[in-house]
Amino acid sequence: MTAFLGRRLLTLGLTLWLASVVVFVVLEVLPGDPALLMLGVDARPDTLAALRARMGLDQPAPVRYLAWTGGLLTGDLGTSHTYGVPVAELIRDRLAVTAPLTGLAMLVSMATALPLGLLAASRRGRPADYGVMAFSQLGVAVPNFWFGILLVLWFSIGLGWFDAGGFPGWSAGIGPALKSLTLPALTLGLTEAAILARVTRSAVLDILGEDYVRTARAKGLSRSAVMRRHVLRNALIPITTIVGLQFAFLLGGAIVVENVFFLPGLGKLLFQAISQRDLIVVKDAVMALAAMVVAVNLIVDVLYALIDPRPKAAS
Amino acid sequence: MKFLSVLLAAGIVATAMAPGEAAAQDRGRIVIGMQLEPPHLDPTAGAAAAIDEVTYANLFESLTRIDERGDVVPGLAERWEVSGDGLTYTFHLRGGVKYHDGTAFDAADVRFALDRARGDGSVNAQKGYFAAIKTVETPDPLTVKVTLARPDGQFLFNMGSNDAAIVAPESAETNKQRPVGTGPFKFDRWVSGDRVVLMRNPDFRDPGTPKLKEVVFRFISDPAAQLNAVRSGDVDAFPNLGATESLPILEADKTFVVKVGTTEGETVLALNNGRKPFSDVRIRRALAHAVNRQDVIDGALFGYGTPIGSHFAPHRAGYVDLTGLYPHDPARAKDLLAQAGYPNGFDAVIRLPPPVYARRGGEIIAAQLAEVGVRLRIEPMEWAPWLEQVFKGRDYDMTIISHVEPLDIDIYNRSDYYFNYHSDRFAAVMDELSRTVEPERRAVLYGDAQQVIAEDGVNVFLFQLPKAGVWRAGLTGLWENSPVPANDVTAVSWK
Amino acid sequence: MRRPGRRPLPVNLIAGAVLTLLLAGMALVSLVWTPYPPEAMRIAIRLQPPSAAHWLGTDHFGRDILSMIMTGARNSLAVGAVAVGTGMAVGVPLGLAATSFGGWTDETVGRLTDLTFAFPAVLSAILITALLGPGAVNAILAIGIFNVAVFARVTRGAARQVAAREFVRAAAALGRGPAAVTLVHVLPNISGTLIVQATISFAVAILAEAGLSYLGLGIQPPAPSWGKMLNEAQTFMLLRPTLAIFPGLTIALSVLGLNLLGDGLRDLLDPRLRAGVRHRSS
Repeated sequence: MTAFLGRRLLTLGLTLWLASVVVFVVLEVLPGDPALLMLGVDARPDTLAALRARMGLDQPAPVRYLAWTGGLLTGDLGTSHTYGVPVAELIRDRLAVTAPLTGLAMLVSMATALPLGLLAASRRGRPADYGVMAFSQLGVAVPNFWFGILLVLWFSIGLGWFDAGGFPGWSAGIGPALKSLTLPALTLGLTEAAILARVTRSAVLDILGEDYVRTARAKGLSRSAVMRRHVLRNALIPITTIVGLQFAFLLGGAIVVENVFFLPGLGKLLFQAISQRDLIVVKDAVMALAAMVVAVNLIVDVLYALIDPRPKAAS
Repeated sequence: MKFLSVLLAAGIVATAMAPGEAAAQDRGRIVIGMQLEPPHLDPTAGAAAAIDEVTYANLFESLTRIDERGDVVPGLAERWEVSGDGLTYTFHLRGGVKYHDGTAFDAADVRFALDRARGDGSVNAQKGYFAAIKTVETPDPLTVKVTLARPDGQFLFNMGSNDAAIVAPESAETNKQRPVGTGPFKFDRWVSGDRVVLMRNPDFRDPGTPKLKEVVFRFISDPAAQLNAVRSGDVDAFPNLGATESLPILEADKTFVVKVGTTEGETVLALNNGRKPFSDVRIRRALAHAVNRQDVIDGALFGYGTPIGSHFAPHRAGYVDLTGLYPHDPARAKDLLAQAGYPNGFDAVIRLPPPVYARRGGEIIAAQLAEVGVRLRIEPMEWAPWLEQVFKGRDYDMTIISHVEPLDIDIYNRSDYYFNYHSDRFAAVMDELSRTVEPERRAVLYGDAQQVIAEDGVNVFLFQLPKAGVWRAGLTGLWENSPVPANDVTAVSWK
Repeated sequence: MRRPGRRPLPVNLIAGAVLTLLLAGMALVSLVWTPYPPEAMRIAIRLQPPSAAHWLGTDHFGRDILSMIMTGARNSLAVGAVAVGTGMAVGVPLGLAATSFGGWTDETVGRLTDLTFAFPAVLSAILITALLGPGAVNAILAIGIFNVAVFARVTRGAARQVAAREFVRAAAALGRGPAAVTLVHVLPNISGTLIVQATISFAVAILAEAGLSYLGLGIQPPAPSWGKMLNEAQTFMLLRPTLAIFPGLTIALSVLGLNLLGDGLRDLLDPRLRAGVRHRSS
């Protein structure tokens, strides 16, 4: 187990290091001078030079790379050029939108998909099963941003229940904040549920086909008792894995959905920072996203190794 | 798992019924919508108009002040004298003025602010405003004597800009996040990505001002969301609405006031005069004939926008209507193209910055030019590369942009400007203008200047950018026009 | 091996084939005929509801929505085809090389695919298009790179299973070189898997292109694109809600068709084949 964990941690470190190199190089060649953008069309050369020096842009690239990664390792994410505040603060503020959105979406997705998947598996080949499978096919085919627009059309413009977008901030109170996250979370969660329902169904079907389940049924246990005692518990292993893996997709989806609903989350910050050439923010935000995905993948791997009694493949 | 969905559904219903901000309308409070969030709140260290739209005249004050009509009125200086040679300005400051942090304001602050803006380490976006200053002296705590190296006709106007805000040495370096000024409102808080909140400054020198207790600026970039925020009452006013397409909906609704005012933004289809084939005046005139200006205004701004025929705002003294110089005439355009040696048209690239008027206008113009055989490839760009490559690097064929500085026709006299245009005739007019003080003569000269660049077809002149303001009926005191970027809330109140 | 001909055609295969043919047909017809030129603007008739003259209405420039959707199909299919084609052209040889040479080749391919999957794909696509500028070619590149990883992984997995079968090992024992064994024995036996994966990847690529274009990073005007149409429709949602309906519906039906076709093909070619890697762009 220690060796496994060590190898996993090494891979994690390697992936993040590679990511930092890629991100840095990509942003090095990105056209657009942040100093010029901040000072506008009437800026004079001496003012620009003064600002560049203040931003540290006059240093050679390797020095800046080392300064940046060195800072990351010691927990110093640097200061945003445009906003003039520590990047850590910006990312924390934006995570206060993205994290609850992702979490709520995960909740919506599980609350919808798990019952549906179970239902489909237990009614295999019957109308309920076909219904769930059709829902799943549709859910995979509908782009999440379009689904978001449809929800806005219906619930905001049609019924007037929700705002079409925006976020009042947690300082406005839990109610209004949650309200503004409701449609985005439904958008993200329901489109994600399509996949999860399908996975749940096949996981349950796999287990229903296992010998011990048949034995249990043969011993006269009722159908629902078998479902409860054996199937559910065992199906949770692959389902947990998938839910963990879904995290990366949800995070990616959140970036898009934040754009549909104009939420000031991490995705919006990333777009803003790219267009304002606030490179330090772009770099840190990308690394933050990558670190979250990689960390969740690691946790899933470890959980899997702990739960699954079967021998592990070397991959 | 079923309980989860039930819980969720209950939560949705409960939150759906939570009262919105509209329900709690407070007569001492106003929520103002803005399209863009400012990067920070220090007007002396950035060019973003959003900084001015929050801070100008609300948080920060300058020596003079620009009012709604674009006139120079007293600011922190209650009066001033200008010497006969135009080189010495003596400003008499208001007494009893305090910064929001309690420190007193006096002539030393003015000298600090001006020296800082023109000094070596300055990051002021308009450092040029201070370039003529030779010395700043403070004979007494309420008097500032500024001596210029050369006369500068725009000096008083420039000293009223937000870039010339009088900041204090104690707070100058922290103004980006915690702005400290002398204005009628104090900075309260900033919810990143969403809003900035200002509160009334109880120690403001004029006890009756301001009328409001609290001003909230909310940042809503999307046109659809802007409209929604206005209609739902989440914002009380949107002084510069991006969504001109929704104005008819709001105009039909009596709970709102819609005012389409003027700005200083001459919007042009800029042509690279230094690059073939645009160096040929026949080509430039052909393009002017090929563009249907009204269709551009209708398509890009849903009809809100005043056509212009040269680079001059129609509300300014000296304006000459030259919109009839190149009527929409595709046949004439084709003739001119053929005369210039391009009977089959040519290919070119149009590089478009982010604003909606540029993106939509570019699509329409591309379609219009295609009719006369000029095939455009559209290249949308973000601001940073646009500034670096098009504006500074002059690497472009065509672009669309609004020039928002007031009375900026002199840019056609700059040989290093991105138009790559030079005309001795124009230079002569500008030269005389800089030596002329008599208003009637200046107006005539401005007319000549407009005529020259229109005849040369330097750019295809499109329209004056409108300021589409909308606010709830009962709100008074908001600016209808926009001579400088600002949302001056000093005089705003509910009826 | 079961002979496919003996079984009745699966329902999803038929439904998928019909939808996909409709999509391809629409794209083909748009080459020779659309109700109006898709780029022709008539500002005077902008934002009209569906009518006899304009079946799906007009957009904010007075362009015909139906014509734009038809031409958009062509653009969407082209981007999808090139992206998936690129993914296969690079990814399949990589996957095959990994299995036939093993060792560090295998290790490198495995690590690189892992790295690609470590990021949300939409994040990589945003960075790529930010670097290279928005546009169809760069969108293809962004989607293509992801597909290289997908096909490398699928090929590697499938080829490894086949390579372990007896007849392949026998061929290798007979002294055939690894390249020959791979080309003659392995590749034909994984072609079914690859066809299924290609169909599903195609659907994903269409979704991804629509997403990038919605964010303003994909196909650029004046070329019509479904994603961009939806972006613009959102601006005019209050004035003309139908604008937001039709392009989205077209995307959903196209993706649905391709996914059903992929599932149907899998059932037909080999019912034991597991679902392909159903990666998504977001």
